[in-house]
Amino acid sequence: MSNVAVVGFAQAPNVRNTQGTTNGVEMLVPTLAEAFEQTGLSKSDIGFWCSGSSDYLAGRAFSFISAVDAIGAFPPINESHVEMDAAWALYEAWVKILTGEVDTALVYGFGKSSAGTLRRVLSLQLDPYVAGPLWPDSISIAGLQARLGLESGRWTEEAMAEVAARSLADATTNDRAQRSGDAEVAELLANPVVADPLRAHDIAPVTDGASVVVLAAEERAREIVDRPAVITGFEHRIDSPSLGSRDLTDSPSTRAAAAAAGIDGVELAELHAPFTHQELILREALGLDSGVRVNPSGGALAANPMFAAGLTRIGEAAKQIIDGTAGKVLAHATSGPALQQNLVTVLEGIR
Amino acid sequence: MTKQRAAVLGTGQTHHTTKRTDVSMPGLLREAVDRAMRDARVEWSDIDAVVLGKAPDLFEGVMMPELFLADALGANGKPLLRVHTAGSVGGSTALVAASLVQSGVHRRVLTVAYEKQSESNAMWALSIAPPFSMPVGAGAGGYFAPHVRSYIRRTDAPDHIGALVAVKDRRNGALNPYAHLRQEDITFDSVRASQMLWDPIRYDETCPSSDGACAMVLGDEAAGDAVDGGAAWVHGTAMRTEPTTFAGRDQVNPQAGKDAAAALWKAAGITDPLSEIDVAELYVPFSWFEPMWLENLGFTEEGSGWKLTESGATALDGTLPVNPSGGVLCTNPIGASGMLRCAEAAKQVMGRAGDYQVDGARKAVGHAYGGGSQYFAMWLVGADKPVG
Amino acid sequence: MITEETPLHAPLEIGFDYTRSLGPVLAHFMTQLANRRITGIRGSDGRVHVPPVEYDPHTAEALTEFVDVSDVGTVRTWSWVSHPVEGQPIQRPFAWALITLDGADTALLHAVDVDSTEQIHTGMRVRVRWADEPVGHITDIAYFVPADAGEERGDAPTPPRPPATERAEDGTVRTVITPIQLDYTHSVSPEESRYLRALAEGRMLGQRCPECEKVYIPPRGACPTDGVPTTTEVELPDTGIVTTFCIVNVPFLGQRIQPPYVTAYILLDGADIPFLHLVLGCEADEVRMGMRVRAAWKPREEWETSLQNVSHFEPTGEPDAPYDSYAHHL
Repeated sequence: MSNVAVVGFAQAPNVRNTQGTTNGVEMLVPTLAEAFEQTGLSKSDIGFWCSGSSDYLAGRAFSFISAVDAIGAFPPINESHVEMDAAWALYEAWVKILTGEVDTALVYGFGKSSAGTLRRVLSLQLDPYVAGPLWPDSISIAGLQARLGLESGRWTEEAMAEVAARSLADATTNDRAQRSGDAEVAELLANPVVADPLRAHDIAPVTDGASVVVLAAEERAREIVDRPAVITGFEHRIDSPSLGSRDLTDSPSTRAAAAAAGIDGVELAELHAPFTHQELILREALGLDSGVRVNPSGGALAANPMFAAGLTRIGEAAKQIIDGTAGKVLAHATSGPALQQNLVTVLEGIR
Repeated sequence: MTKQRAAVLGTGQTHHTTKRTDVSMPGLLREAVDRAMRDARVEWSDIDAVVLGKAPDLFEGVMMPELFLADALGANGKPLLRVHTAGSVGGSTALVAASLVQSGVHRRVLTVAYEKQSESNAMWALSIAPPFSMPVGAGAGGYFAPHVRSYIRRTDAPDHIGALVAVKDRRNGALNPYAHLRQEDITFDSVRASQMLWDPIRYDETCPSSDGACAMVLGDEAAGDAVDGGAAWVHGTAMRTEPTTFAGRDQVNPQAGKDAAAALWKAAGITDPLSEIDVAELYVPFSWFEPMWLENLGFTEEGSGWKLTESGATALDGTLPVNPSGGVLCTNPIGASGMLRCAEAAKQVMGRAGDYQVDGARKAVGHAYGGGSQYFAMWLVGADKPVG
Repeated sequence: MITEETPLHAPLEIGFDYTRSLGPVLAHFMTQLANRRITGIRGSDGRVHVPPVEYDPHTAEALTEFVDVSDVGTVRTWSWVSHPVEGQPIQRPFAWALITLDGADTALLHAVDVDSTEQIHTGMRVRVRWADEPVGHITDIAYFVPADAGEERGDAPTPPRPPATERAEDGTVRTVITPIQLDYTHSVSPEESRYLRALAEGRMLGQRCPECEKVYIPPRGACPTDGVPTTTEVELPDTGIVTTFCIVNVPFLGQRIQPPYVTAYILLDGADIPFLHLVLGCEADEVRMGMRVRAAWKPREEWETSLQNVSHFEPTGEPDAPYDSYAHHL
């Protein structure tokens, strides 16, 4: 199997509420332009396109169709779409390049999370017979998970607040972040719980956003950038949907994906954890030691554009390779209630 | 990068009908999956990954249903992908599954597509008028009927062509034990007498609304070699997309379909599709789309598709049988319809199509389209391994 | 340069009562609920799953061995809801909990009615508060209460009961109905907003793409072939032609116009793309491709930011446009 590399990454500003449409066009047009400028490519250079988004975020069927207007998709394009975070669209594009049919791909994800009541909409991801009809909101589901860890001693409120403090502090240098700031752990813990056991800092914001990642076969990649972020491991797995029968304090799917991807020696990890305790679960499942820098972008706690946030993690991690900051990095994306589905990418700056 | 060979090891589908009230969504999927796994002679431990496709989540009222279906799909601990490319999704899902093998990433992949339309009402879901819009939508028939009219005007096709296709496909469907509509007694006159729903489209020229699922197991060269009686080898795949509307868009003979077909023929080394292809399963939800797609795919020149249909060439005993299974006109579980086309093409070249088997079928096309005739996904499968 | 106004937005509500057929396992579970009993299913590893699962999480095999369990159980974890959202089981502050019922090995997700976080803890014993009239639906378990709770707290406010479905002759619940109502804010692009605001003034406003120079109505946030916003404004007349059309004879759910009616692609004079609208003012079978039409506006006092200000298009009586003049718009 040959190598594929990330050669470009751009993201729209992450905001609480854009005035744009749910088909993402207003966020995508400038973001695509930025990705093209970075890579020196134009739309006719792209061999394959793949996107990730959700009809239920927009509130109507086929909402992703008009997003291709942002590309200017005529002459027709070789294109596909996943109803998942665009990190999985990147996976599909990676596979496509590995078949040898194309040597470049552009992947985008977008989500206008603010169009509906996000935590309520997400309850439609649960079993539609015995759970969905009760409308369990996504924050409450995460709260059930958080308490299991707190009461079993797997983590503490302090550890959760440390995740938030570090994320927000790191986000102060990310001009696309929605939330950032310097706060002491003690200050954060002095705030009230808003969804016991969760405090506001434990919960990712509701974010509208979009991101774009450009891939190329390694040989082509070296023509585009000096130091492409070569994908040396790319795996994803899913766990049982049954919240009451699996151990919510662990993430076997992350563990399995990481084992298959081979993450030894990563210096840095961008983890898609929409709740503070989920970062703790992921770090444990990935076996990251304290030497591994986590979420220098601020992560999902700083901005969580649904259906783009996972792809953004890969873009942020790749950026660290492309600009020479790191040699081997890991990016993770999640999907579904309580970390049900997880994806791990390993990127390296191979000379 | 070197493309690996991929083959269909087995296929399965549900019995399709308006309301499969005897099963849940997991049960519906498993009916197709269990049949496909038996047909392919594989166990759960043989499956490396699962790819699921379906059309809009609003049809069933479940957001990303693959999440709750993970246990039923045996996907626990495995990779699970969910594809959605509008009505072409069943086709593009099959293509994604094929690419997982062709890339060398996996050895055996289970792919499944479904729609359980009886959970809601597709006309409702497709006709939701957002604020500020003009509420003139009238479902898929209302969308496609004006383009059928344009086709008739452009090609001077006689107005009975649609009925010819309907009679052929419905009678073919009567040979297919899984088909939703099985109408061996349908006649040209009865189709012509049926109600005009979306003029120029008559009731008997439209697809039904079905609950159903389709599944396939795809494998690598070694797995394909081991198939008793021969696998269906993937000779080529193609996907193309264009915007729903743009100035000067050809909605009758869309460029995306033409480009996809050209890419498919090139990938499979086909220079004269009409003589080289033995059977075609085309996505024909309204009967008039048969002649339209015959032109779009390049089986015949523009303006001549209806002549091919009228000549009987597309009948089960014709030179290019189209939709011997009965096609979408007999069975339309939206998200699964495209995969059914791919699976039926595979069944033909594997010699497993039963009463609607086309004699000597060696190369077959499975075709799907979606959105406003803007998403195309197709594959060509053969009884022999592709050359090279 | 066009001055930016706030793009238009409006509520979008979608709602449907989904009918879910159950299959044998869930049908048995729901039928038992209607009888105020709870049934689980034994998994391949011997664990009793409540609620029952149709396929084993580990082996994916179909499961068949039902096991009755208690309606009393133990809280394994919980979280607190201060502001319930629409549809949640208790419409006042409550706790979600994963509850292992006695006799079960897995936990059920449901609501617990207690008046504060002080009144609930992991390990607490809780029992089912059944709905007054169970119908065979997960909400027949209205919620849980502490096992030792008396009547002093009173009934919790609950959302409307789902519609009951017809049972099979033997009483089996074969389908459940789940209403799904969602509220969104729907926005349109800045370009389309200008067009809609012009419509409110009785004007047809298109925009030209700066690259391909085609005139789009409605204007686009991105020209579909060039991927850039349309820019230069172009006032268009309210006359044009029918390029192609369909006569709708079929009634359907959500339809706003009584059939039969003609929906047609209308190409305004000077525009490069048609839009869908209605053609009235003549018999449906008199509508022709190439027919000249003019907008019939609603009374001015009914105008809003919508193409619905044009009630329909109607024939002008002018000669039809030659086919060649619009063939490339089909």
